[in-house]
Amino acid sequence: MLRCSGLRKAFGATQALAGVDLAVEAGQVLALVGENGAGKSTLIKVLTGAHACDAGTMLLAGRPYAPTGPVDARNLGVAVVYQELTICRHLTVAENIVLGACPQRFGVIDRQRRDAMASAALAQLGIDLPLVARCGSLSVAQQQLVEIARALATTAEPNAEPASASPAPPAPSPRLQAPRLLILDEPTSSLTAADVGRLLAVIRRVAAAGAAVVFISHALEECREIAEQVCVLRDGASVLRGNLAEIDDAAMIRAMVGRSVDDLYPRPPRAAGSVALRCVQVAGEVLPRDASLEVRHGEVVGLYGLVGSGRTELLRVLFGLDRAVAGQVELEPKTEHPVVAASPITTPSPQTRLAQGMALLSEDRKAEGLCLGRSLADNLLLTRPGPACWNGSSWLPWLPTAARRIANGWIARFAIKARHGDQAVQELSGGNQQKVALARILHHGARILLLDEPTRGVDVAAKAAIYQVIGEQAAAGKAVVVVSSYLPELLGICDRIAVMRRGVLGAARPVAAWQPADLLAEALG
Amino acid sequence: MPTALGPFLVLLLVWAGFGLAVAACAGTGDPWTFFSWRNQTLILAQSAIVAVGACGMVLVVVAGGIDLAAGSMIALCSVVTALVLAHSGCPPLGGFLFALLAVLGVGAACGALSGALIAGLRLAPFIVTLGMLSMARGAAKGAADNQTVNFDHPWLADLMTPTAYHAATDPWWQAPLIVAPGVWIAAGLVAVTWFLMERTVFGRNAAAIGSNPAAARLCGIHVAGHTIAIYAWCGLCLGLAGLLETAKLSQGDPTTASGRELDIIAAVVVGGASLSGGRGSVIAAAVGAVLMVVLRSGGQLLEWNPWVQEILIGVVIIVAVAVDRWRRGRSE
Repeated sequence: MLRCSGLRKAFGATQALAGVDLAVEAGQVLALVGENGAGKSTLIKVLTGAHACDAGTMLLAGRPYAPTGPVDARNLGVAVVYQELTICRHLTVAENIVLGACPQRFGVIDRQRRDAMASAALAQLGIDLPLVARCGSLSVAQQQLVEIARALATTAEPNAEPASASPAPPAPSPRLQAPRLLILDEPTSSLTAADVGRLLAVIRRVAAAGAAVVFISHALEECREIAEQVCVLRDGASVLRGNLAEIDDAAMIRAMVGRSVDDLYPRPPRAAGSVALRCVQVAGEVLPRDASLEVRHGEVVGLYGLVGSGRTELLRVLFGLDRAVAGQVELEPKTEHPVVAASPITTPSPQTRLAQGMALLSEDRKAEGLCLGRSLADNLLLTRPGPACWNGSSWLPWLPTAARRIANGWIARFAIKARHGDQAVQELSGGNQQKVALARILHHGARILLLDEPTRGVDVAAKAAIYQVIGEQAAAGKAVVVVSSYLPELLGICDRIAVMRRGVLGAARPVAAWQPADLLAEALG
Repeated sequence: MPTALGPFLVLLLVWAGFGLAVAACAGTGDPWTFFSWRNQTLILAQSAIVAVGACGMVLVVVAGGIDLAAGSMIALCSVVTALVLAHSGCPPLGGFLFALLAVLGVGAACGALSGALIAGLRLAPFIVTLGMLSMARGAAKGAADNQTVNFDHPWLADLMTPTAYHAATDPWWQAPLIVAPGVWIAAGLVAVTWFLMERTVFGRNAAAIGSNPAAARLCGIHVAGHTIAIYAWCGLCLGLAGLLETAKLSQGDPTTASGRELDIIAAVVVGGASLSGGRGSVIAAAVGAVLMVVLRSGGQLLEWNPWVQEILIGVVIIVAVAVDRWRRGRSE
């Protein structure tokens, strides 16, 4: 049904897709797997027309396929269930199912036909939901099913010819066919096991009705249960394709990781000192569920796991941004062995944490890490203005204020590509912005550094510089926690690595004890 | 439970409370003046303009926007009405229809301009309509040459006058109306708006845009076009409100209705609408409009200082919305 070959797409210097070959037949389910950042999201955007590909060909049912946008794709019979729910919480189930394709007569809703369409789609999926229920009152799993019902109900009929010369048919009756191609982007990531089972049954019915299905998931056992074919993406290229029955998990994981750790990662000599941070059985309101970890001075500890496994949430709880409901966090503990308090901890505020010498580098640089419109100097001095709070007007650029001295010092030390310390941070490239964010917490003088995806969206040169800084800081006796989805990076810079899976943090083991495939296998569970 | 029931109960409570308070504090005269039929018709007549404005505002709010220019647009349309009636030289009915078309056109055009700026320049509705607030007020003053505009019309003022007080001089068609014709106009517009919001694809798409704009876009709803139409509808309603304002004042006044947008938004919000979009009911908003007037007129009958009334209105708005939020939070 769908055949892609040699798809390529670049964003600036980043090659997001570097040659994807893909084929899926009608009635078949293709599992698309790959690490975070391997290019799955970009591939979906190309398939739905949100991005145009730079090179390569796409054929849908034997015809060239080049959608101009999601609506065009839908009219051509391609339906997508996105990773983030696209449900209108205030509308009813029926209204959500027919959204954008509501049957009408002179603009007035044809409620009979609307309800018939919606209940037909729900019946086809074999699910029972009240049509008048507001979607906001449904569970996430039910909302997901509503989305799939929408994909069935509103996608154009597979056999309808767009330029048909036959006289226009009368008002179409409620359609019961499946779309030509249904793409599901990690539909199971937020579901319970029972709901996953129901969802897979629904997908099977859609495929049985003649649709080609692309199923994206991190859970290999789900893929085995539902799919016949597999396509592994790595670094934007399809590196392994074939029949799932003939490929074992180990081969798939090897294909997903498949990189060698090069000498991008400097490792100045360092020795672990006293315990800087200890958390025991920490649980947040939703995530994490159970995290115990000890980080020593002069040590880099990596946290690996899938997106949504609770790594970011753990850092937020440690830093006091989210409330902890159980467990204990100690900074610079006096005793060598953990003491578990009977009552849950009280969560300190981020201000307290900063005063105690802990700092967090957010994974979302633009929204949480930096004040984009403010100058480099303003950002550096955000948490520690000291005597340098007035950094001089930008009209008096020759004034050697303390803030400018500090800013120039960090610009020189990190080789930040900026004209001067008064330049707005948003004018810098991603890598240089990240250097500023990192410099801010170092200027703060933090001794415990929580770094969430420190190299997300930065180029290779900046990555190398950031690894260098992390190594230096550890050698200087700082305790560093790094969250990353990029395995080679963790293996390269960390002393120990722990894996988070569904909110539960495993034991931290020395890097030498981990094989990349083991890490991935533990993260996938 | 229908959405309008909560605000309606609040209204009933406030109405009864004021009535009893007035009866308890009455010095001389009838202690039950607040519950008198005459007072009810006055309250409804005074609510009509805010209710008409709320019909437009509620659609905008449900679609996730806001229109701060409402008060200025009412003033502009009031001046337009007066100018048409003063200078067109038409017979009474013809002049009235001409003025009606003019205010609907001017209102819809201003609204469409706001919508086009919001959709085209991707500016926040707050900013664009804040600009429109000043522009419409300026245009009203310019068109009226900084003065009130007087005109001569035999029955325009009767639109906003409760009947049966000067029965001898009333035109024949007024007697069976019971309340001021403007109240019926507002009630009709509420019904039309309800149909527009609940029974047409346009109305449901507007709710979808307010609820989840990304989803609406992905499902092929033309968000920009809908935004323009939504604000144009709001402008249309404000044009009608401007006509009723002129009828109430018997002249065109470019400085009238200053701050009225806050009453209108308060009515919509007291009616359970969420300023973050997706939720709102026009019937509840109309109930909210009546509530605002009951608060004012009750305070007047109790001979409270205006400043006490203003504080009280602020308290009621906050309490009504907080209770509504709490009730929903528990049920969801």
